[in-house]
Amino acid sequence: MHADEKFTYETWPAAPEKSTLESKNKFLGFWFFLGGETVLFASLFATYLALKDKVPSTTHHLAKDLFELPLTFVATMLLLTSSLTSVYAMYHMKNFAFKKMMVWLGLTALLGAGFLGLEVYEFTLYVHEGHTFTSSAFGSAFYTLVGFHGGHVAFGLLWCLTLMIRNSKRGLDLYNAPKFYVFSLYWHFIDVVWVFIFTVVYLMGMVG
Amino acid sequence: MANQQLNSGNPRVDIEYRRKKNAEEMRYQLVSFALMIFLTLIAFSAVYIKGFTAWFTVPFIILLAVVQVIFQLYYFMHMSHKGHEAPSLFLYSGVLVGAVTILAFTTIIWW
Repeated sequence: MHADEKFTYETWPAAPEKSTLESKNKFLGFWFFLGGETVLFASLFATYLALKDKVPSTTHHLAKDLFELPLTFVATMLLLTSSLTSVYAMYHMKNFAFKKMMVWLGLTALLGAGFLGLEVYEFTLYVHEGHTFTSSAFGSAFYTLVGFHGGHVAFGLLWCLTLMIRNSKRGLDLYNAPKFYVFSLYWHFIDVVWVFIFTVVYLMGMVG
Repeated sequence: MANQQLNSGNPRVDIEYRRKKNAEEMRYQLVSFALMIFLTLIAFSAVYIKGFTAWFTVPFIILLAVVQVIFQLYYFMHMSHKGHEAPSLFLYSGVLVGAVTILAFTTIIWW
């Protein structure tokens, strides 16, 4: 099967994300990248745990003074739901339903943008309360970890929109199906990281 | 598994089979999504209800996070499918290095 071959619903392969040599390599390479990302985020988590609540004086806010349950909860629901919408997008990709896939990808991008907006709002709140990147070791570790994740969401958002615009007239083929699939893997991985952020940073921060 | 090509010799049957397989997989993914939401709700409630000690709450919510991530990896990211030996190797190697890093930073490093 070739990357520029035309397909119909009947001839579309069962595993379009792994049907050409290029896409097999892409799949493997992307998982290798995710292994590296795991180490990257683990080191940021380790740094955060070591520096949590390490502030120079008692006038600085600690984790339990800063975090609010409702805001984190809404952000979590947005990102978790966007994980499901990208699952739906891949379901339609496997069924060769290009338009439906695009709709679900659009929803995914919308939810991701909502999450990012909330994070910007949250960071602004903290900065106004005197919790900044340079105010304490705790602040540096917090913004590096959560900001790196937010940066990944922003990158994923641009990735998703670029794929959608770039392929809007092309339809599905074995050239772009692996690209959509790899994006969905990335998006799920962002959600995996967020599960640990809301648990380790926010929930554990509120416990004390 | 759902990502395997089936050849019965009859294309109609094959398409029908694959459509059903995809729908079945989608159902599994919806179930895992429901479970993930459920686990999230439990974790948030465990912190919201202030009756528990940190000694119980912290390990409990970390366990919930690990279970939720397993759902995400094996269902949403298809690691339960065939042909994911190399991804497992890459991911678990990353997890191993990451775990050692976190262990070191939380035990033998202090300020």
